[in-house]
Amino acid sequence: MFSVKAFSLVEAIRLATSCSRLAGRLIHPAVCHVHHWTKRSMDSRWSYRTGPNSTGRAGISAPQTKVMAKQERPGLLILEIGGVCGVLEGHVELLKKQFHLITMKEFLKNKESLSEKIKSVFIYECRPVIDQELLQSLPHLKVIANSGVGVDHLDLKLVSSFGVKVTNTPHAVSDSTADIGMALMLASARRLVEGCQIAVSPQTERFAADWLADEVTGATLGIIGMGSIGYKVAKRAKAFEMKILYHNRNQRKEEEEQAVGAHYCEKMEDLLQQSDFVMLVVNLTPQTHRLIGKRELELMKPTATLINICRGAVVDHDALVDALQNGIIKAAALDVTYPEPLPRDHPLLKLKNIIITPHIGTATVQATRMMTEEAVANIQAVLNGLPIPSEVIPQ
Amino acid sequence: MGTLCHLRRLKTRLVSDFHSWCTLQAPNAGGKLLPRIYVTRRIPPDGMKILRQSGLCNIEQWDSDEPVPRSELLEKVAGIRGLYCLLTEKIDAEVLDAAGPSLQVVSTMSVGYDHMSLEELKKRGIRLGYTPDVLTEAVAELTVALLLATSRRLLEAVDEAKNGGWGTWKPLWMCGYGLTGSTVGILGLGRIGAAVMARLKPFGVKRFLYADTGPRPDMATKIPAEFVPLDELARHSDFIVVCCALTPETKGICGNSLFSRMKDTAIFINTSRGGVVNQEDLYQALVNGQIAAAGLDVTEPEPLPTDHPLFKLKTCVILPHIASATVATRNAMAALAASNLLAGLQGKAMGKEVPL
Repeated sequence: MFSVKAFSLVEAIRLATSCSRLAGRLIHPAVCHVHHWTKRSMDSRWSYRTGPNSTGRAGISAPQTKVMAKQERPGLLILEIGGVCGVLEGHVELLKKQFHLITMKEFLKNKESLSEKIKSVFIYECRPVIDQELLQSLPHLKVIANSGVGVDHLDLKLVSSFGVKVTNTPHAVSDSTADIGMALMLASARRLVEGCQIAVSPQTERFAADWLADEVTGATLGIIGMGSIGYKVAKRAKAFEMKILYHNRNQRKEEEEQAVGAHYCEKMEDLLQQSDFVMLVVNLTPQTHRLIGKRELELMKPTATLINICRGAVVDHDALVDALQNGIIKAAALDVTYPEPLPRDHPLLKLKNIIITPHIGTATVQATRMMTEEAVANIQAVLNGLPIPSEVIPQ
Repeated sequence: MGTLCHLRRLKTRLVSDFHSWCTLQAPNAGGKLLPRIYVTRRIPPDGMKILRQSGLCNIEQWDSDEPVPRSELLEKVAGIRGLYCLLTEKIDAEVLDAAGPSLQVVSTMSVGYDHMSLEELKKRGIRLGYTPDVLTEAVAELTVALLLATSRRLLEAVDEAKNGGWGTWKPLWMCGYGLTGSTVGILGLGRIGAAVMARLKPFGVKRFLYADTGPRPDMATKIPAEFVPLDELARHSDFIVVCCALTPETKGICGNSLFSRMKDTAIFINTSRGGVVNQEDLYQALVNGQIAAAGLDVTEPEPLPTDHPLFKLKTCVILPHIASATVATRNAMAALAASNLLAGLQGKAMGKEVPL
């Protein structure tokens, strides 16, 4: 217990130093590539890593950054305030303190004068859409700050060719996403959704004593992608006395492994064969696209459960439908699908042994706030030429 | 009084020894001389195996997954030496009278024994076995599962993903409350409460509080958790988890006075017994926004009538008392209850006995 706590305190600092020392060689654990399996050629814009200065929480809180004088506030382009994809109204104050907010609507009305002012774009819920035309019309643009971790909606090579940096928010979302991973694992193992239906069904006369579920306590959890979220899942799972295996391109340091009792599987196959629960926590890149297909599902135990909290396209949905229908694996729990939402007649929606949630990994009041704070800190760092807390570098 | 009890126990022991002796002396008696026991339900295989293989008792069983009807129970217990029951059977003076003076031991396959009349058992010198510890992990695990499902609105989200609103996204759509930096208050710090805290700790909980009849440093220091009065627990907690036993003192303890002091963003979780909550008050607290949400694995009664108003609230997650419903745990409970019963029949120390 003690060592875990101590680890979390020093993790950021230590990783920061080691990363800058080994810049270029070491990949920050916030991003984990699993690139042994090139299954299908894909647009290379999806391949990326997080910059060497991506440290722990230090530097992500907005109030630490310098508040600029009003007339100097740099322009920040956003889609809109409020509405379906707009910036949360509660976060506007935070952004306004640092930036001159310009909505897409205002920009399109007055392109000439505003294009001189805009130095950054804040992307919330994948909006505004970044394309060649927009990039060409913003000559002073320095940084595109994405709210959230996944940047598969951005053409990183294109953005980079304009000399514009991209940042994301791995630190803000890691806790809430790890929590959803645990929630899905527990809900699936303990048949929570079915249980709820029994509790409320008018047909229920009494609770059957022989209605039983599986425990996660003592079971084996295989984590594929041991980045910051994967590592947080491991920390949580350790408290449930789970045996933890992980697969990652890079093996974690011995003391990091020991702190959570995790065992490295160099081959993903070994992890798949031994795990009772397999949790996917990788970035979506060409290498991880359909990482889990028919062969991988067949390697899993027939009693095992697949949990996906990263991106839907990491799993071959057709193979998953087949595996769930034919008892190749016991169950699945997905917070992400491809596409989102699934077509209403998709076979996954008709299965009993699946839990699907609508991409709620980051949906907490705290996480959404921290995402905006981390984005603000990233923009400030780029504009002031300081080390960037979470930069995304195309590869 | 103490001496009297002691004598009673001694007598039980002597009688029991005599019976064991009889069993030994008459191994071919076709089980007729073996003490009769009654098992009130079909139980997990591990438990049944222990009873059968012991050769110490003649087993009669209500061979069904449904609870035994009261009339059947009253009829079958007559003259038995041991009773193996579940929490669906209310064991009171009526049952004990029906059993008669032969009854020596009651073994319940549950950690709670609020379905037992302890006074009546004590009066008759009947020993009581129960099954704590073996379900601690399963219950703690389910408690965390229910807490996460409630605070992150998992059931609502599953419904939305399948049938509804996904696509009509709004900024705070499906937003819940995270554990990071939160304060968790445990009402009743026993084995299960401590196991819940140990599991929640790596979720980034900032502060653990607990309320109980008194400080429990043995359980609290290693977390660490602070002992506070219930009022303070209510005021400061972002999550309140009820893990106490149902006793006359805790009956209805979670009522308006607790809910009205809680934060309006707080989540209330109960996996102990339905009776500790005043459900009327809980309904009002949820409807009036005094608290954010509730997760209940236990209700009063079970199941709740299907027209119960709590079912109509999206902010209330209700499970059918499944905290210990895992294959491994139920088998362990069945086995422990069986060995408790056998120990009771033999007048030996039980694995887990309720001191009366």
